Amino acid sequence: MIIGEIRAPKSIPAVGIETVEMTMRFGSFTALDHVSIKVPAGTFHALLGENGAGKSTLVKCIMGFYHPTSGQLQVDGREVAIASPRDAATHGLGMVYQHFTLVPSLTGAENLVISRARVPTIINWPKEKKRLSAFMETMPFAIPLDRPVSALAAGEKQKLEIIKQLYLGRRFLVLDEPTSVLTPAEADDMLGLVRGMTERGELTVLMISHKFHEVTRFADAVSVLRRGRLSGAGRVSELSTADMAGMMIGDVKLAELDTRLPVSPHAAPVLAVKKVKAPDRTGLKPIEIDDLVVRSGEIVGIAGISGNGQKELSEVLAGQRGAEGAVIVKGRPYGATRLETRANNVRFIPEEPLNNACAQNMTVTENLAFRTFDLAKNGSDAIWLDARGMKKRAMALISEFKVKTASTASPIAALSGGNVQRAVLARELSGEVDLLIVSNPCFGLDFSAVAEIRARIMKVRNAGAAVLLMSEDLDELMEMSDRILVMSDGKLVYETPIREADVAVIGAHMAGHH
Amino acid sequence: MEAIGIGVWGVPLAVFAGAIRVSTPFIFVSLGEAITERSGRINLGLEGTLVFGAMTAYAVAVVTLSPWLGVLAAMAVGACFGIIHGFICKFPKVNDIAIGIAMMQFGLGLAFFLGKPFIQPAAPRLPAIAFGAWSDLPQIQAALNINVLFLVGAALALVFWWASRNTRVGLILRVVGDSSDAARAMGLNPDTVRLFATAAGGALAAIGGAYLSLYYPGSWNEGISSGQGLMAVALVIFARWNPIGCSLAALLFGGAGALGPALQSVGVTKGYYLFYAAPYVLTLVIMIATSSPTRSLAGAPGALSITK
Repeated sequence: MIIGEIRAPKSIPAVGIETVEMTMRFGSFTALDHVSIKVPAGTFHALLGENGAGKSTLVKCIMGFYHPTSGQLQVDGREVAIASPRDAATHGLGMVYQHFTLVPSLTGAENLVISRARVPTIINWPKEKKRLSAFMETMPFAIPLDRPVSALAAGEKQKLEIIKQLYLGRRFLVLDEPTSVLTPAEADDMLGLVRGMTERGELTVLMISHKFHEVTRFADAVSVLRRGRLSGAGRVSELSTADMAGMMIGDVKLAELDTRLPVSPHAAPVLAVKKVKAPDRTGLKPIEIDDLVVRSGEIVGIAGISGNGQKELSEVLAGQRGAEGAVIVKGRPYGATRLETRANNVRFIPEEPLNNACAQNMTVTENLAFRTFDLAKNGSDAIWLDARGMKKRAMALISEFKVKTASTASPIAALSGGNVQRAVLARELSGEVDLLIVSNPCFGLDFSAVAEIRARIMKVRNAGAAVLLMSEDLDELMEMSDRILVMSDGKLVYETPIREADVAVIGAHMAGHH
Repeated sequence: MEAIGIGVWGVPLAVFAGAIRVSTPFIFVSLGEAITERSGRINLGLEGTLVFGAMTAYAVAVVTLSPWLGVLAAMAVGACFGIIHGFICKFPKVNDIAIGIAMMQFGLGLAFFLGKPFIQPAAPRLPAIAFGAWSDLPQIQAALNINVLFLVGAALALVFWWASRNTRVGLILRVVGDSSDAARAMGLNPDTVRLFATAAGGALAAIGGAYLSLYYPGSWNEGISSGQGLMAVALVIFARWNPIGCSLAALLFGGAGALGPALQSVGVTKGYYLFYAAPYVLTLVIMIATSSPTRSLAGAPGALSITK
């Protein structure tokens, strides 16, 4: 098949694949250990596993990014050798990545045309547009192709990624956590349409996911990886969520959330944000928070699709972004200086802590001492660093928070994502905490790290801290929050106590239908 | 007094003429820089390329007596400078801005060293087209005496603007400049595309240099550029990487540069030196006015090292 030539999707049947005893070793480390999975044509297959379980190694072997140490790949029942992603493409295999690979400043049409293997030297747009609209009529998705991709919503971008693969004639698609940036409604819509295509035999899908409800609702069959091995597989209709979770994590005991202490109706407000107005990153529209109060002993969750002003709000609270209006902590105006932060016991865990809360090339010890290095034992300003004290404290925190590091003198950038998050948590949650501002604390972490981090945050809440939790993960907010607020287009548009919270209503507000 | 009969009208006329005369090197350098930056790389070395191009064009024109051969020779050395920059920047952990500054100093030094014998001899000049032949006023005739290279530059701006959305090369350039990852996913090698873009940028900048030494001011000396190559870089950001914007911005700069001499010619004797600084002040004012600490630049190529 020539991939430069675009045929109507229905004329190309779905492609099935099978891996046979696929093994991948990096030096002495075995990332994939004799994994055999079968994805027949026209099915929707889910691939589950924790971080580092080998999911991405497996799909990279299928797509030709890696060359497996042993084992083989069969496409439509025939063994094929795939040396590069280009080879994979000629067999009709395509992948939709978790991060978008569309070029943001190009329009949808430009993105589609330039991704073809053969592009004419001078592009005849009237002709291309006619062909594109004919192609789009065969697609279940409706996406405006004349707008720059950067102007599309996340759900539309994700659909356009899938359209691009189909446009290029790929009929077996790997979807890598395709719904991580979508609202629940967008995710259902997108997966439903993809599912429809598999049912009609137009497409085969292998979806990497960690959301059980998506797997049970849309997938036909599931394969589960743990530590590079196939730890379980079966038809989704015959497995329960608990079965799948068991296959994923084995018999590790997860940290459990403390029981939630009731919030006293008279609890004192710790953080109050009144009529705050600040420009957003593009400078084109402001974010406006009229009234946001977080009381002692409660977790207030802020839901929203990324890019709706959550980041700007957290920057305002951290003093990184100038704003009109008042941020009040314990009744006094708060400017996020080091003195005010210390006096009010305000702690902050921003998203991507390695970039936003650590000095990457400084050691674990130094990073753990950022809140305290300039204080002498008696609480006055220190002139000399107490290296021994810093190290002792770091060792104590490392063992208490189970941070895995080669030594206290390693640069913090050498730690894995979960351990960086644990280290930052250790620094921010030690000592007295009256106000904790957290942003996406569990993004990209595995089950046990997630459970532990959530348990720590719950403990801080029960100890009387006010917690503001900003998250893109609605499940996390439903589990943790006492109240949920929805942020959309720079404003808080909806508020609900947790016992009345309804995912569908929250999702609608996230999507801007309010 | 027929000759100065147009009085104060001489100032806008002189600014117009100056805009066209002074803007031409800005147009070429900024178009070259726009292409380079669209591919996701910054070449600060264009000042050196400009001066070296001026020297080469002048020397070749002196020797061969053909100004056009001079322009071609300048383009060739300009492309070589671009290729050196692009080749060095291909290696990991090399900073394009630092290499650009090094290339700038290299180009300046080499041009001064090799150009010493050509300060004295006179070279043939590039031709201009007399669009003002219909008028009797010498001022109008002078103002409408427009160099061919200006017309070429203006046409190139339009062609680049069109090509960036209607040709394969244009789309590839934008893809590479916006996202190296997306480019690699498409099987494009960003380094190769950037190498060609930097070479093309160098060739264009060297044409600007040829214009300086072969038309206006029309001689070769060490102070010929006085930082025009650097200002053109600022101009690209001001023009938001749009080729047509680049030539309009170049005209604005040219007009500002002509303000001082124009005022002097109509008899303003005090403070006209201040107006000589107009392009530089304009650079500062524009950069301050169009920048903001709280928002990112709209339209900037995503893979550019200054926008990360």
